[in-house]
Parts: sequence; C-alpha cells; structure tokens
Amino acid sequence: MQAEQIEILEFLRQHQPLSLLPEDVLRQVAQSVDIAYYKAGTQILDFGTELSDWFLIRSGAVEVYRRNGDLYNRLTQGGFFAEFGLLRNRRARFPVRAMEDTLVYLIPAELFISLFEEHEEFADQVEVEDRTRLRQAVARREDANELMTARIETLLSREPVLLHHTASAREAARQMMEENVSSLLVIDDAADDEETLKGIVTDRDITDRLVAPGLPYETPVTDIMSPEVVAVEYNQLVFEAMLKMLRDNVHHLPVLRKGKPLGVITLTDIIRYESQNSLFVVRSIFSAQSVEELVPLQSDVRACFSRLIAEDANSRMIGSSMAVIGRSFKQRLLELAEEKFGPPPVPYCFLALGSMAREEQLIVTDQDNAMILDDSFEPEKHDEYFYQVAKFVSDGLDACGYKYCTGHIMATNKKWRQPLKVWESYFTEWIEQPTPEFLLNSSIFFDLEGVWGENRWAKRLNKLIRHKAQKNTRFLACMARNALLRTPPLGFFKNFVMEADGDHNKSINMKRRGTAPLADLIRVHALSIGSASHNSFERLQDVIDAKILSPGSGPDLRDALELIAMVRIRHQALDLEAGAEPDNNIEPENLSDFERKNLRDAFLIVSNAQKYLKYRYQPGRSS
Amino acid sequence: MLYLRPGQVLNEPDDSGEDISVGDWPALYSALAEQAESKVLREFYAAGLPPASTPISEVPMLALDFETTGMDAEQGDIVSIGLVPMTMARIYNRDSCHWVVRPRAHLPGDSVVIHGITHSDVASSPDLNRYLQPLLSLMAGRVVVAHYRKMERNFLHHAMLQRLGEGIRFPIIDTMTLEAEITRLTFWQRLRGQKAPSLRLAEARKRYHLPFYHPHHAHTDALSCAELLQAQLITHYGPKTPVGDLWR
Repeated sequence: MQAEQIEILEFLRQHQPLSLLPEDVLRQVAQSVDIAYYKAGTQILDFGTELSDWFLIRSGAVEVYRRNGDLYNRLTQGGFFAEFGLLRNRRARFPVRAMEDTLVYLIPAELFISLFEEHEEFADQVEVEDRTRLRQAVARREDANELMTARIETLLSREPVLLHHTASAREAARQMMEENVSSLLVIDDAADDEETLKGIVTDRDITDRLVAPGLPYETPVTDIMSPEVVAVEYNQLVFEAMLKMLRDNVHHLPVLRKGKPLGVITLTDIIRYESQNSLFVVRSIFSAQSVEELVPLQSDVRACFSRLIAEDANSRMIGSSMAVIGRSFKQRLLELAEEKFGPPPVPYCFLALGSMAREEQLIVTDQDNAMILDDSFEPEKHDEYFYQVAKFVSDGLDACGYKYCTGHIMATNKKWRQPLKVWESYFTEWIEQPTPEFLLNSSIFFDLEGVWGENRWAKRLNKLIRHKAQKNTRFLACMARNALLRTPPLGFFKNFVMEADGDHNKSINMKRRGTAPLADLIRVHALSIGSASHNSFERLQDVIDAKILSPGSGPDLRDALELIAMVRIRHQALDLEAGAEPDNNIEPENLSDFERKNLRDAFLIVSNAQKYLKYRYQPGRSS
Repeated sequence: MLYLRPGQVLNEPDDSGEDISVGDWPALYSALAEQAESKVLREFYAAGLPPASTPISEVPMLALDFETTGMDAEQGDIVSIGLVPMTMARIYNRDSCHWVVRPRAHLPGDSVVIHGITHSDVASSPDLNRYLQPLLSLMAGRVVVAHYRKMERNFLHHAMLQRLGEGIRFPIIDTMTLEAEITRLTFWQRLRGQKAPSLRLAEARKRYHLPFYHPHHAHTDALSCAELLQAQLITHYGPKTPVGDLWR
C-alpha cells in the first residue's frame, strides 16, 4: 500500500500551479514526489545539468541565475524551477543556488511533461519565464474561468423566494425568517400567468420603512418595498454585478433570465467570491475621515491593480475597477468638502471627464473634472463656495496620486465651473461651430459622467451631445481630423521610432501612440451613430451593430485595443513590481518577440482604421 | 512514533538495548544468514550490508517509523508502519509505504489520541504477518534510519519474536543520537548552566529550517526523520563519513 502523502498533498493543494489540477491527478503527483535537502549556498543546478525532475520549493529560498551569472530571479516556498530546460532539451538552462537551507519536492520529468501537455490551466501557469507569463493573459482573456470573469449564475445557490404583492409586511418578515433569507422578490402573477417582478423587499426595509416609522404590521408589502429594482441578467459577469452594487448602492441584486427572476445575489456572495478586490479599497475610501487618511490608500489601489492583473483580468475589468475607485475618491472628497464648507448654496453636479467617464482608468492618470451649477447660481454670492470645494477636491486628488490636469480641465478653473445653461451653450457652440483648434484639446469633454450631486444634468448634457453631434458632419470631420493627429508607431519595430522627450527617449508612449488614438477614433464613430455608451469597448460594439465598419474590422479593432491596453497595463504592473514609478512608456527591449509581433499587428490595424476614418468623415462627404 | 519528554531520553540517548555492542555488522549478518530459522530472515541477512568503511553518500538507507500501542515493546505491539527509502542525496518518497496493522496487544485509548488510528481501523487491518515479507525485503541491503532507535529496534524485535519465534538484529542510524552529538554541550557550557537543546524531531528539524509536519503519523514521521538525516549529514558530516561511524 502506498503512503497517503498527507503533508505533501496538503502542500500541493495550497500552491499554484499544482492546485489547479483535479484532485485525483494531484494525488498521483503527491505519490510521485521525491525529496532533497540543500544547504544554504550549495548549487542545486548547473548550466547544462541533465534534468530528471521538476523542482518545487517546499521551504527555503533559491536564486536563479542567467548563464552569464546575472541574478535572474529569487524564488521561495511554492516557487518552482527547471521547467524551461525540461520542456526543451532536458538540460538545465538557468543555474540555481540555494540561498537558504532549502527543501525541494522533485516531480519526475515524465510526469511533469504529461501534466503540462494534458492540463491547460496548469500549463498556462507554469509557462516559462516572466515574459511568457506576460503573454498568456492576452491570449486567455474572456475564456478564462477565473473569478472576475465568472458568470453571475455561478453565484446563485438557491431559487428566489417570491412573495405575492398582496401580502402584508408581517407576512414578508415571517417568510424571510422561515426561508432564512434577507430579501424577497415581490411579484404579480395576475397578468396572463406571467410572474412580473414588482419590487424587492429586504430586512433593511422592514426596520427602516416599517418599524422605525411605526407603521402597522398589516401594511401592504408594496408600501415598504423598493419598486425600482436594480437587477442583472444571469449571463453578465460577476464583476459587473459588483460594479452595479457599488454604483447603485444596493446589497441585493435579483438575477433575471428574460425578465424572469432566477435568484438573488448579495454583496456577501460576491465578497465571499473575491476577498480582496476593489470593493475593499472602496470601503476604506469611504471610511477615511480626512484627506490625510485617504492619501495612504494609494498603495492599496496599486495593490488592487496588481492583483487584478495577477488574476488575469482583462483591460475592461481593470479600467472599470480603477474608475470605480477613482470615482469613490472624488465622492469621499466631496463629502469631506461639504462637511468642511457646509452644504452647497445651490445644487450642483461634479463631473468626471475622460478616462474615468469611459471606465478606462489606470493607475497613472490625471484628474479631469468639472462642475455644473444650478441655473440660479449667482457668482458674487456663491462662487467662493464652489471654488473652495473644487480646490479642496482637486488638491485632495493630487495628494492621492491623481495629478493636476496639465490642460487645466478642472473645476478649479472658472471656465469649467459654470451653470447648466452655460454648459449647454458650450456644447452647442462646439458642435455647431466647431474649430479644430478648440476641439484639439477638448475631446475629453465628450466623455462625461456625473459622479456627485445632480447627476441628471450630466445625463442631460450627454443627450444634447448625442442629438447634435450625430447630425453635424462638420463637427465630425473636425473630430476625425484631430483623431488622426496621433499615429501609431509603425516604424517602431524597424528602426525604433521613439518619443523624443527626456527620460524616455528610448521608449514608446503606449497611451499617446496607442490607446488614446484608438479611443479618439472610436469616439468619432460613436458620436456619428448617436451611441449612448462611454466605454470604448461598448462604443465599438454599438458601432459594429450600426454596420458602418467593414465586416471583420470591428472585431479586429477590439482585439487591437485589448492588446495595446493590456501591454500598457502590464508594463505599469511591471514598474510597480520593480518598485519604479509606473508610467505609460514601454521599452522595446522589455518586449518579448511575441508581444512585439502582436503589437505590430495591432498598430497596423489602428493605422488602417485611421485611414478609413479620414475617408469616412472627410469634409463635404455626406453619408 | 511516540514522543518522549526530553527528560526521559536526553541524558541517555545511547541506552538502546542489546545491540550497541555489535562491532562488525556485516559479519553478524553473514553469521545470522546461516543461523536464522525462518526463510524470510535468512534471505534478509543474506542480502548483507555495505562494509562499515563505505562512505555514507553511497549507502542505501530506509527511514522507518512505528506507531505503537504504548512505550513497552514487551507488552505492546505495532499499530502502523511508515517506510521511506533514501540516500544522502535523495529521498525516494515515491517508493514509500504506510501500513496499518492489527496489534496483538490491547490498544489503549490514550495512544489512539496520539496517532489517531482507532480500534475500528485496526480491526479491519491484517496482522503484521501479512507485511513481514515486504518489510524485510525493503530493509534488505539498506541501513535503517530512525529517530530514537530503541523504539523501532525493540518493537520490531518483539513483534518478530512473537510471530516467528525468533527476533531480528539490525544496525540503525539514529537521528536523535546524531543530534545529541551535534548539539552536545561542552563542559564549560554545562558548567555555565546552559540548557541542552531539545532533541525532539520537530525541534531538531527547526534547527535545519525544515518545514513543520504534523507528527504521529508513521509515514510522515519516517519522512520527517529522513529529511532530518539528510540535513544532518549535509550540514555536519559530509559525504565521505564512513557508515560505520553512524550506525549502532
């Protein structure tokens, strides 16, 4: 009888990539492990040593070297090495030395190779070298079954508990108790046997809307429920549900399929699913009592960013999460400002512009913001207040890592702190009498979202843009022309055309030459079809649906955007990992051949899309 | 393995029974290969042992651990056996074994608490007889390694005596004895009242930065012991040490 290998199995279960294997395979691996001990300072592998095992560090630490003797990597408990050589000529490629007393588990070469060939997820994790690790996320994207890309239905554990709309509040409470749930869906099945969702009632509603105001227990449940149900579709992503909860400040989300309730997910379900996601950062932002307490959260934001990347999140998830966090900073700062300077003398709306509004925010970002004030605003009486609030927020954001906007598109600038009617005249003028010079630096105004106060004003401005822009070919032509000013660096790969400025004269700015031209280009198309979306991926989908692109070029653009965005994101993550200040620049020597080849393809797609944009929106062409 | 409080063993790690006086183990094996009554034992001894001068790096070994019904070999019996073949360079854990057997002695409740092998576990297990053949063939030609040799040596001897009518003699490399030698205090240290370090397996492993393993499972304990021996040999003895300096 073979031994159970309790300790070894337990260790394997706790460490990726082996933990990704099915349990029966894991047991087989545990049965096949041999063990060796190395004293600190001893050589474990020399260059060219014949390999018969894959090495997994049980305890201790090792250093991996390049052949020329440079330190290449340090690995500790759970780390592994020798896969590079095993997958090639079975000879050690990187010498390895024990840094500390080290115990290694040895997994036979044949077994390792069969695991690598038969278990894709395992293979992806093992994928040799950090460069290759970079590569995999782009290739895996949506089909990964990791947690952030999981579908909402995977969180559903039971049928929804339904309550008829004629029930009383007491019946609601009793049913919650009997079913041990914290929410009920209130339905009406009168109309042609179809259950229609009328509202949702939670335990909170019982306390806040029944008991606290002292209503009788026989109050109809419809009086205490929330009639406007914020719901999600069963096939949406878990992270979308999470964002929805954050945005609408609800803790229970009914999950629907074709309008029919399938179940309810709660904030706890999601938190249980992902213990350290952006939710926690958001929570600490809202519990900060001063700017001084907000500032240190910057490192949590960065950790969250790195974690998302480690979890193979795609650029959209990362962009949304960072935007939610950025928005939370603004909201908390505005709350603090109102505590400090008192309530606003007239209503107002605080706007996010640009990448935050598009939900494409990363960690290196400017603050682009503005204020819409009520039309009853009187500058002499009120402006001092709004300036103080704007300055408080802007200074706070800068302290929290959101640098001042170099183009002064901030609410501290009087021009961007105006009543609604002024904003409406701004947009009308920009669209109806466009000048390329003005629009050059103002494209971010067309990515606009309300984050605080009278957010409906932001919606109103968006509606105005949508209606006016679509019809105005001259405006679109101006926007198109500006969108062509920044070109993808096609020569990059031949003779390394790089940004000529300062520190990074050997690098290429992935924002300026990559994601920004793409966002510009997609915005023009989106404005031309009256799309209500802000996110570039969503806009692109609207554009594809409107069939104004040639077949196939839409999906190509989407892939190009994802790839360029992920390369940019990943290099920021690498900067963070290396303890350097992240930026938008990448250095060609840090690109793998794979990335280089794919980037070239992506830039080519962008370049062709720019040619099409130029053709489609040329002045005088009616379409 | 049963764990002793340090005081019980610390001062007398070499009080390990009858075979401490054997000078030439390979010669004893040759003699016993002729004298032993039972066939399994004759074959075991006939497989021989490497000469005492063999460098430890060339010696095949077998880490061995028993869980037992109690401390006394004459009254008690073996409950489970963990076996892990090894050399100085590598622990052949993939060839390791773990067997639960039905003891011929009463299994007291307090030992169940220690090793977690219950009365119903042993009731459904075979007698040690079933495993004598594979046990002896794994031991054949290998030098046994154990932490506190007295337990393994005496229990196996008595178990054999009871089943075959004759006992067994074999050298053991005792990691506890080695650790006692390694950590032995000098006269001056003792004079200054320095406390002797613990020789328990888990404590000894810590000194070599070996990870924590849950104790009282025969296979895990044998594995723990095997790793400890590797660490001790690499750190304090070196590959050329003759095996005769280590076995008793």
